[in-house]
Amino acid sequence: MSLNAFITEETIESDAEGPLSGKSVAVKDNISTEGVRTTCGSAMLETYVPPYDATVVDRLKDAGATIVGKANMDEFGMGGTTETSAYGAVKNPVDEARVPGGSSGGSAAAVAAGEADLALGSDTGGSVRNPAAFCGVVGIKPTYGLVSRYGLVAYANSLEQIGPIANTVEDAAALLDVISGPDPKDSTTRFDVGGEGDAEGQPTHPATDSNYAAAADGDVDGTTIGVVTDLLDGADDRVVETFEAALDDLRARGAETVEVSLDSVEHAVQAYYVIAMSEASSNLARFDGVRYGTSGGYEGNWNDAFARAREEGFGEEVKRRILLGTYALSAGYHDKYYKKAQDARAWVKRDFDDALEAADVLATPTMPVLPPRLGESLDDPLQLYLMDANTVPVNLANLPAISVPAGEVDGLPVGLQLIGPKFGEEAIVRAASAVEA
Amino acid sequence: MSETAVDAEEVERVAELARVDLADDEVDAFSAQFAEILEYFEALDEVPEIESDADLVNVMRPDEVEASLDQDEALANAAETEDGFFKGPRVS
Repeated sequence: MSLNAFITEETIESDAEGPLSGKSVAVKDNISTEGVRTTCGSAMLETYVPPYDATVVDRLKDAGATIVGKANMDEFGMGGTTETSAYGAVKNPVDEARVPGGSSGGSAAAVAAGEADLALGSDTGGSVRNPAAFCGVVGIKPTYGLVSRYGLVAYANSLEQIGPIANTVEDAAALLDVISGPDPKDSTTRFDVGGEGDAEGQPTHPATDSNYAAAADGDVDGTTIGVVTDLLDGADDRVVETFEAALDDLRARGAETVEVSLDSVEHAVQAYYVIAMSEASSNLARFDGVRYGTSGGYEGNWNDAFARAREEGFGEEVKRRILLGTYALSAGYHDKYYKKAQDARAWVKRDFDDALEAADVLATPTMPVLPPRLGESLDDPLQLYLMDANTVPVNLANLPAISVPAGEVDGLPVGLQLIGPKFGEEAIVRAASAVEA
Repeated sequence: MSETAVDAEEVERVAELARVDLADDEVDAFSAQFAEILEYFEALDEVPEIESDADLVNVMRPDEVEASLDQDEALANAAETEDGFFKGPRVS
């Protein structure tokens, strides 16, 4: 595979018949597959073979899908370009000199190159939408709690959701229909939206009666789209022009656009990274070379062996985030960084709720830039973090969002992001299907 | 002037807390980068205190024994095991 989209190419057949029969699916390598190694793009887990399937993998098998491999990714989901993988960078099939985006870059590249019909990624701060935008395909980040996280190797629990990637909005929505729903193994998927429950008084889940694929009917007549003006200022002019042209098309199809401003988004990137790094520093403590992970041997005491195993097993970006997270949570700095980040998160949530009173869905460019060349953006971590400005606010607010191709600049794809209210997946699927029509 | 200037000693202290050994050149690179990144995070000081109503509820299930991994499966990814246990380095 010249694109390096897969870390492990192994076919997992299904003997079930279902909506995904005959479809091939690439699964991001941080989603557990029983008996098939799952590395998270890290040398630390080079030989890790999960003894169980993630719930989403169970559901793929039940739906008749054929899994064709474990897709390459930024190490533990930490990166925006799929260049931090211990198994080498992925090339963007649209232009092989450029990055496919990250961290689900292998998943998006596999779909864009026709190496899989569909793919699963995970989105902590934009990791499904970003590579979908850079590779010219569709990616959905579901509302937090819509899809089970059981079997997803955790990076930042409170932010991440597994999401579908496909060539069309309808195909992505159909994959969401398969993977969404309550799961007794993940308590964040178990709650009752209306409060009444079903006839037996059992809590209901928003995906119980949903049909996301059917919502891809292209009908935006009468839809109010809020354009988030704060997120246009820092973007590449050519990206903004493509975005505006796509909005013109939607207006021609009967949608109305209004301008909305979210004061809080100015602080969203900082809040996102403080929270994500803090959660990462805790989650990645389990990789000690004893229960799993590469072993540092038995010289010295536990702490020495542990620290050496982690020096060897983790790449630079992972170490950077673990250390910054440890710092942000350490005595004396917790109130300054972590507590303030939680305040900012609550502010972002409130801002989105207000904006979604004025509009049915919100629109932004998915990425403020065009796909960078391979190697171009790695040296300056802060610049890389700033690329996430348009996608991370959605994860802080636990809302659903979709990236759909809006056009091209010099042959490079530009993605349009549509953000919906909590469990408003139908609304964003419908509006996105109008963009591609 | 940022109050969070990070020197090499500070990076080494945090690395020890996080149980990650660092090479000397990593310590130097991280010191410079952390100063820049933490200065960027300083903007969080401008965030007002927000009253947030966490929409969290405890989710419980009956305390009944359910199927789980067996001992062999649970130990399958460990580098060293002994008599059905994980075998690790000395504790201190």
